Amino acid sequence: MRISLFVTCYNDTLFPETGKAVVRLLERLGHTIDFPLEQTCCGQMHYNTGYQAEAAPMMRRFLRTFNDAEAICIPSSSCVAMMRDHYPKIAAESGDATLIRAVDDLLPRIFELSELLVHKLGLEDVGAAFPHRVTYHASCHSQRSLHLGDLPIRLLRQVRGLEFASLPNIDRCCGFGGTFAIKNGEVSAAMLAEKMDDVRTTSAEVVTAVDNSCLMHIFGGLHRAGSPVRMMHLAEILASTGDGAGV
Amino acid sequence: MTIRVGESAAAPPFPKAALPLLQDQQLRGNVRHATEVIQRKRAQVVAEQTDWQELRSAAAAIREHTLQHLDRYLEHFEKACTAAGGHVHWASDADEANRIVAGLIEQYGGREVIKIKTMTSDETRLNAALAARGIEAIETDLAELIIQLGHDRPSHIVVPALHKNRMQVREIFRDTMNLPGLGDKPEDLTAAARRYLREKFLRVKIAVSGANFLLADTGGVCIVESEGNGRMCLTLPDVLISIAGIEKVLPSVRDLEVFLQILARSATGERLNPYNSVWSGVAPGDGPQHFHIVLLDNGRAPILADAEARQTLRCIRCAACLNVCPVYRQTGGHAYGSSYAGPIGAILTPQLMNLEHGDSLPYASSLCGACYEVCPVKINIPEVLIHLRGRVVRERKSTLNPEALAMRAAAAAFSNRRRFEAAQRLGRIGQIPLTSDGWFRPLPGMLGNWTRARDLRALPKQTFREWWQQRERAGSKGQ
Repeated sequence: MRISLFVTCYNDTLFPETGKAVVRLLERLGHTIDFPLEQTCCGQMHYNTGYQAEAAPMMRRFLRTFNDAEAICIPSSSCVAMMRDHYPKIAAESGDATLIRAVDDLLPRIFELSELLVHKLGLEDVGAAFPHRVTYHASCHSQRSLHLGDLPIRLLRQVRGLEFASLPNIDRCCGFGGTFAIKNGEVSAAMLAEKMDDVRTTSAEVVTAVDNSCLMHIFGGLHRAGSPVRMMHLAEILASTGDGAGV
Repeated sequence: MTIRVGESAAAPPFPKAALPLLQDQQLRGNVRHATEVIQRKRAQVVAEQTDWQELRSAAAAIREHTLQHLDRYLEHFEKACTAAGGHVHWASDADEANRIVAGLIEQYGGREVIKIKTMTSDETRLNAALAARGIEAIETDLAELIIQLGHDRPSHIVVPALHKNRMQVREIFRDTMNLPGLGDKPEDLTAAARRYLREKFLRVKIAVSGANFLLADTGGVCIVESEGNGRMCLTLPDVLISIAGIEKVLPSVRDLEVFLQILARSATGERLNPYNSVWSGVAPGDGPQHFHIVLLDNGRAPILADAEARQTLRCIRCAACLNVCPVYRQTGGHAYGSSYAGPIGAILTPQLMNLEHGDSLPYASSLCGACYEVCPVKINIPEVLIHLRGRVVRERKSTLNPEALAMRAAAAAFSNRRRFEAAQRLGRIGQIPLTSDGWFRPLPGMLGNWTRARDLRALPKQTFREWWQQRERAGSKGQ
């Protein structure tokens, strides 16, 4: 299958290893990856911070760039949530019938990574090996907008050698919230402190998630506190084959 | 007309108000403990209700329908209530409501009133307005009594004193009721409150209440409560004065079937509230012989005109959104600077106040969505928060403020591939003086709010797209 990758602006810039892992994983599973270079950002940061007029052109750019894509893989649940929750409204407000149709046509073709693997490709065992103790943080958008449920955990449980440790209070926000972590830095840090305590109780070596944004926040706090816990996007674990690649 | 929501006018912005609260470990411990207990009870009684999602949908539909025809249902209520012997008053803002209530108390010759817990009267700051006219208001709800005697402010819509534990309550009662030997067991404290209040119930002839629901078809008013103090206030005095926001109306007494089920389960984790009172006007020889109700606008009507935010007024004040909120959990309610704390306060207060506090309250949320998940009337609070942020940016913010400039610059960078790639390269060069050994040093300005508590890795040497293009050029499938 030909799968188009929307890596997202922040993964492209800050977490290239996640994009590389998606490519390695999907190619290993026999698929062809397409990365349209015209892609930039889905508009989430602008939209959620109140700059909705600025987000609309980003949506139009996304629609143009992925017009012909058969299936679009997005390794970030909050960007998928932006599209599913807000693109229809942006299109409706424009009153542009072509744009409304384009969004309707797009939404069934976008998949968060674990949705793509389990729902679209029918896989839970992707042939990965990762002999480490891992805990999984369920990001808010993955739970309450995408309703991923235990999809990522089912994928992790099939990874050879992986010792899975459940995270207590898994349904609680880590305190990132995009610009919230800047505008309400102290409250956000208090929320983070509780999340870090929960991660520590798991004795995990690695904390994973389907959003690098939350992981950047949790890992940023853990690293500051001198913790040896590492962050890895789900894609990076699923791309690992135990030979050191992606670790 | 100036709209006031409790003490919101003088309240500092949320991030600033949160600072001292974050340092108060006692308060934070109390808030965490209390909200966890209520959440556990709620989860149990919601799980046993097999048609919970259908009940939520029904409640949302009834509230939405009512709001769309609010003018009609308010007229029906006024007609029915008046026919049953009640008197209906209309107040456009807090001051007018307070003047009406004080005027009525004076008209009936009262100098003191007993009160049932009413957040609407906290919104209007009724007690202070009455005190200014020499009328003493006595709170009879246990938590409100704790707040009143402790000269404190409510921090929760349903459990206003949840930031206090029983040892702190004992100190307040011991000092204000002159009970040096008072214990701190729940029975000790409730017995002290009972002795203190019983004398007031029997003596004071005028009561003030809020309303959980107004019933348009019967002209009835409904109050649900847990302590029985409400029943005392609603039956013993000669005069009863209620105050309610105009959005509190339901089309019919039959709708209570839905709302008494979802409110009790959502608010206190009970299957049914211990006391559910409904009365219409007056009944000769039975209960208060004079009944007045003040219907308060105070900034509500304009919210009806905003199709996206109107759902805010569906709220039935159950506070389930406060109990589940990870932000409220850290600060408690005082940080919100309003009678209404938590997620619902973050959307309601700025709307009532014509976007005053709009640049702090709608941003006091990580948009985690836990509030929407538990809301019994399905208010999509994250959606309304984002909508209000948009209104604040469009209507209140200068286009030259640093955030707006940064957002425009970012939007320009995302507008095409060349600019985006240039911005990525610029970031890599620009970070050099700010980083060492692959990590950012403490950052200046707003970004310092991040680095104060979290490390941040420097931008990697190669972006994903650079790697991709390099790989394409090499024509290889490996790395």
